[in-house]
Amino acid sequence: MNIKPLPMRDVFLEKIWNKMSLDSLIFFVSADFGSPVLDKIRKDFPDRFINVGIAEQNLINITAGLAIEGYKVFAYAIAPFITMRCFEQIRVSLALLSEVRPMNVSLIGVGAGYSYVVSGPTHQCYEDITIMRALPNFQVLSPADHITTSSLFDSCVETNGLKYLRLDAQVQPVLYPLKPPVITDGFHLHEKGEKVCFIATGFMVHTAFKLAEEVNKSGFKVGVIDIFDLTNFSNEKLKEVLEFYSGVVSMEEGFSGRGGLDSMLFEFIAKSKLNLKTLSIGVEPGYSFELGSREELHEKVGIGIQSAFKKIQPFVYAIMNEIME
Amino acid sequence: MQEITTKELNYLRQKALWVWKETLAIHRRAPETRLASSLSVIEIFVALYYGGGLRFNALNPLDEDRDRCIISKGHGSICMYPILADLGFFSLDELNNVCKTGSFLGGIPDPVIPGYETVNGSLGHGLGVATGIALALKTKKNDRSVFVVTGDGELHEGANWEAIMFASHHKLDNLNLIVDNNSISMLDHTDNIISHSNLVDRLTSFGWSCVEVDGHDIAEVQQEILEQKNTTNGKPKAIIAKTLKGHGVPGLENASLSHIMNPKTELIDQLLENLNDSLLGGR
Repeated sequence: MNIKPLPMRDVFLEKIWNKMSLDSLIFFVSADFGSPVLDKIRKDFPDRFINVGIAEQNLINITAGLAIEGYKVFAYAIAPFITMRCFEQIRVSLALLSEVRPMNVSLIGVGAGYSYVVSGPTHQCYEDITIMRALPNFQVLSPADHITTSSLFDSCVETNGLKYLRLDAQVQPVLYPLKPPVITDGFHLHEKGEKVCFIATGFMVHTAFKLAEEVNKSGFKVGVIDIFDLTNFSNEKLKEVLEFYSGVVSMEEGFSGRGGLDSMLFEFIAKSKLNLKTLSIGVEPGYSFELGSREELHEKVGIGIQSAFKKIQPFVYAIMNEIME
Repeated sequence: MQEITTKELNYLRQKALWVWKETLAIHRRAPETRLASSLSVIEIFVALYYGGGLRFNALNPLDEDRDRCIISKGHGSICMYPILADLGFFSLDELNNVCKTGSFLGGIPDPVIPGYETVNGSLGHGLGVATGIALALKTKKNDRSVFVVTGDGELHEGANWEAIMFASHHKLDNLNLIVDNNSISMLDHTDNIISHSNLVDRLTSFGWSCVEVDGHDIAEVQQEILEQKNTTNGKPKAIIAKTLKGHGVPGLENASLSHIMNPKTELIDQLLENLNDSLLGGR
């Protein structure tokens, strides 16, 4: 089936607009960030849409106040700003307060990883997985296409609690043309392969497929997993899937070795007593002001097809050789 | 509006004196509590909770029909412990357990305490969250009021001013800010750190209805609370209550380092002994 890929945020906003007419408890708060679809929400629901201005701390405080009064709040801003500018507001008045006051809040951060390509490091976001997964009570969601985004929206509305949803700012290819992944699993095994599995999130799922193709040229077939729920995935199911492999490569558009997907995954492997070799493909820690296409920037920080393949090839060969010996 | 009667005034004064005594007694048992900033705000809380300004339900603290009261000056609200206990939010016996293992009454109050709405140990969060609550109530067409009590030191946090701008733009006249303006932060007088200059002018220029009162004149505080609560003029409202940090304790009162000073036990005992018991109410 051929489905036209759509911007994740437009799909999300369209669904919110639809849902707001059915559910009078949904409130939408933006920190001066929008899109044409947002105009519909602003026009049709003027009493439940608020632009707080360029003021993320207040965005979170207003969100918390609305949420403890029973509103299901969607707060919307650029990913690094909605996570890092107001982190203590998130910690105190959402993560901490939710221990005693139930709330349904979704923070929507647009611009995961390098998706604001030419805007530079202020607008790019390589730390959000790390800092948001540090907060208890937060679910960290990282879809790779608009189909997953759409399903995650339904889950965000229906489930109480706190969620951080990081969306790519660019249109990404459709990964689930036939049916969406099972949201409660938190991950989806696309290719089973053998011996080695790539586990990627967000944009890097698409890179993982391309890297798998490269590896497969050598005659080995590697597995590919899209993990879109980085906190509440089914531990049992992921363990069961990973038992099949000898090595796992984590792939994220965030800093490597700094508490992101790699740390989460490797800790999970250790806790699950899985006998797996591991490799992290993530952004080499550091900041750069260089300009280039997303692919060019990825090559410079070690997560492009060529630069990542250089690290992956020996890892895969070592595992294959070990097995053959 | 009806003027306060002598009987009502005496009642409020007795309550304030009792709360002052209990706050000292709590601090004597639990020296980890911040005393000075809890003493400056007593008349404000007594006026709110006993003066008819705040609607609350001690048996159902999160009753939808309550006014919301956000106590933003976390450390400096130990005086709320006796008030909430006296009003039936929890047992008076709990006052003996402040800062003890297993107690819900800590050195800094948390929302596990019946009557506390939000988390305020970290300063400068209360006004913003209160503003969100005020917006929610307006949207729900719930006509209850939101009160928020801050210190003046915490107004150095910029997020407050984001909320101050927001509240006037959205005409949140159900939002009532009371600033315990004791003019001392942790290490110095705020005038020596970053002066708030004239808070009334500042808030007025941000579109708020704002007045200044003597924060230890309980009748003035109570009357202004009622006056502001009953005014619906499309503006958020603020009372800047001029107070003394460490009020009533020699050596502590208005001392620039009073926030981190603990008066000697003998001094506390002496102060408590010399109180005229006939003035005490509540117990």
